[in-house]
Amino acid sequence: MTEAASTVPASRLGGAEVRKISKIDIGLKRRYAAERRFRTYGVLAVTIAICFLVALFSSIVSRGYTAFQQTRISMIVDFDPNIIAPDGDRSADAVMSGNAFRFDDLIAASLQKTLELDPNDEDALYDALDLLSKGSAPMLRSMIANDPSLIGTKRNVDFYATGDVDSFIKGSIRADIPESQRLIKDKHIALIEKLENEGALRLAFNTGLFTNGASTRPEMAGVGVALVGSLYMMLVVLVLSLPLGVAGSIYLEEFAPKNRWTDLIEVNINNLAAVPSIVYGLLGLAVFINFAHLPRSASLVGGLVLTLTTLPTIIIATRAALKAVPPSIREAGLGVGASKMQTVFHHVLPLAMPGVLTGTIIGLAHALGETAPLLMIGMKAFVVEYPTTPFDPATALPTQIYMWATEPERAFTERTSAAIIVLLAFLLAMNSLAIILRRAFERRW
Amino acid sequence: MKFSTAASAFVLGLCATGTAAFAAEQIHIAGSSTVLPYATIVAEAFAEANPNFKAPIVEGGGSSAGLKEFCKGVGDDTIDIADASRPIKDSELEACKAAGVTEVQEIRIGYDGIVFASDIKGPDFAFEPADWFNAIGAQVLKDGQLVDNPNAKWSDVKADFPDWEIAAYIPGEKHGTREVFELNVLLAGCKATKAYDAFIASGLAKGDAEKACYKVRKDGKAVDIDGEYNETLARIDSNKTGIGVFGLAFYENNQDKLKVATMSGIAPSVETISKGEYPVSRPLFFYVKKAHLGVVPGLKEYVEFFLADQMIGPRSPAVAKGLVPAPKDERQKVLADFQAGKTL
Repeated sequence: MTEAASTVPASRLGGAEVRKISKIDIGLKRRYAAERRFRTYGVLAVTIAICFLVALFSSIVSRGYTAFQQTRISMIVDFDPNIIAPDGDRSADAVMSGNAFRFDDLIAASLQKTLELDPNDEDALYDALDLLSKGSAPMLRSMIANDPSLIGTKRNVDFYATGDVDSFIKGSIRADIPESQRLIKDKHIALIEKLENEGALRLAFNTGLFTNGASTRPEMAGVGVALVGSLYMMLVVLVLSLPLGVAGSIYLEEFAPKNRWTDLIEVNINNLAAVPSIVYGLLGLAVFINFAHLPRSASLVGGLVLTLTTLPTIIIATRAALKAVPPSIREAGLGVGASKMQTVFHHVLPLAMPGVLTGTIIGLAHALGETAPLLMIGMKAFVVEYPTTPFDPATALPTQIYMWATEPERAFTERTSAAIIVLLAFLLAMNSLAIILRRAFERRW
Repeated sequence: MKFSTAASAFVLGLCATGTAAFAAEQIHIAGSSTVLPYATIVAEAFAEANPNFKAPIVEGGGSSAGLKEFCKGVGDDTIDIADASRPIKDSELEACKAAGVTEVQEIRIGYDGIVFASDIKGPDFAFEPADWFNAIGAQVLKDGQLVDNPNAKWSDVKADFPDWEIAAYIPGEKHGTREVFELNVLLAGCKATKAYDAFIASGLAKGDAEKACYKVRKDGKAVDIDGEYNETLARIDSNKTGIGVFGLAFYENNQDKLKVATMSGIAPSVETISKGEYPVSRPLFFYVKKAHLGVVPGLKEYVEFFLADQMIGPRSPAVAKGLVPAPKDERQKVLADFQAGKTL
């Protein structure tokens, strides 16, 4: 636009003026060059950022995607009433009490049948049992307790293969290294091939990864408890930090007098936003657990600590959103006779809502990924059972990732990456929600 | 004013019900990350075998941190069991007693072996404690004089070692394994090379001479690893001439990547450690609050379950995960002591 306007009339002008304008032209060229350079830097910066992101995602996904599938060994189990309920009592309580080894016997019998093992060859049986998860018997037991009508029938049951067999099938334990260094021995490989030939071995979607709690057996381990724990914590954070943060910032921004005290508070809030989260963890340990005697490892305490870490973020975002509402809106409201409070709640706050919501959700997403403060309050723990209330012990997604990352078994390595994928999916969902809400509430003036 | 009074009363009430709603339903365990895998195995099996008890909550965090939590007092919001990879210190026991934890029962569950391993493709190593002291000690004896460690390569330490730059990845100072490393490797090596005598001769008291033996060179040849063994393995992966310290269980799970060295001529294995032949091993413990027995449901049963042969005996899942089992009579004595209510 400017280029056309300045070059076209130049031909019609006198010499002195042409010189003057051509001088301006030279300057223009330089400025355009500078702009082009700046744009190149910008593209370069974005490209580098995308490269890192792609590298991160591809390394996590390439390591973790296998964990969403899992090796199952399906066998026909004879739910023999003489073994399960020797005294004839088929109630769930009777199944859950009594000799625990009778369920191992059921599995051994069906394994012998499936693999056509010699019933007197104990070594062969134990080698075959090595393939199945050690959690199979308890799994079978609770399955029967949940549905006692199974007793007396013959059914196909999907058992989990152990983590090592799973890693072998997926190729992360390789067959070409010497047997002494391999976790899966030659005799196991022979059995695996036999099972494959009979079609008893298959890969299925790993639902346990999402529903199970912690386990020492990688094949039985899942992020279920961590998901629920994280959910409870997010609820606590939302319930506490949204009203507190929004109310606090409305007061500070709209009602509080501007003096030294409010300046001091503002500086402190900005400082708090920059405090390392581990400090909040120590504070939480001292205040909530040692002083208020709230239970250790509870998601309530985790939520309280995370509330402290997210409050400054929410207050800063909300204040910025309120500041961005033009003063004419307030003046108009006051001008037609609304009270200060009516102006704020009827006009200013609705206009600031997109900013408030974005700030809140980004604060929550930040809290979801926060690990350090949770280590201090005992949420890096081995928790098998689902928490029913926020007072029950639970773990959180990031701490679960941390715990799995320290396990030596191969099968936990892929699960670590899978858990990271789950966490990233949650963050992505939350951030998309922030964008959608912002769009939905966006107002123009 | 009325509104704000009501509001603060409500908040206070909420806090109060929060505290009241909590009663110890489950066993809570914290402590050594070495004991953690065994404790979780037992906790899982315990919950499966006893459907009427809730599964115990097991935290890691380290022996010292666990014992500190343990010694905070008696009651619902304190932990019931502290796992430790070393015996409780007198100072910790005093702190316990001062906080009202007067009766502590000690349970010895088995042993842990520390192995020295290098990259699988490297040569075999046969170490003596003296080699390690000469390689990573801060001050060593050279021609009868105490000097700052001059050895740059393993071949400087002993002629038949390879020509590798010394890069030793040892447990960090807060690691539970550090103590047994100091005691059984550094101090033993210090005494074997006569550096200990030289420290005494230079006028140090006995305790200070031991501390001088524990000092590790700070020029980057010995690297403290405060994290897990995975980190040590990653270091060896990137530096193929590094030598790391691992737990026996970790080495056994990664035999395709690591080659283990002998110490004083003995290869580490479950057998040599439980017989006490392999020199670098240590007992593992957990500590139980006697006051919580009978109050926390399942606590007594858990301890007895832990001590069963099926859990920590020679063919148990804990042993499969790397625990070195104690001899049978020792295990029986531990159980008998627990049942008799013996306290520290």
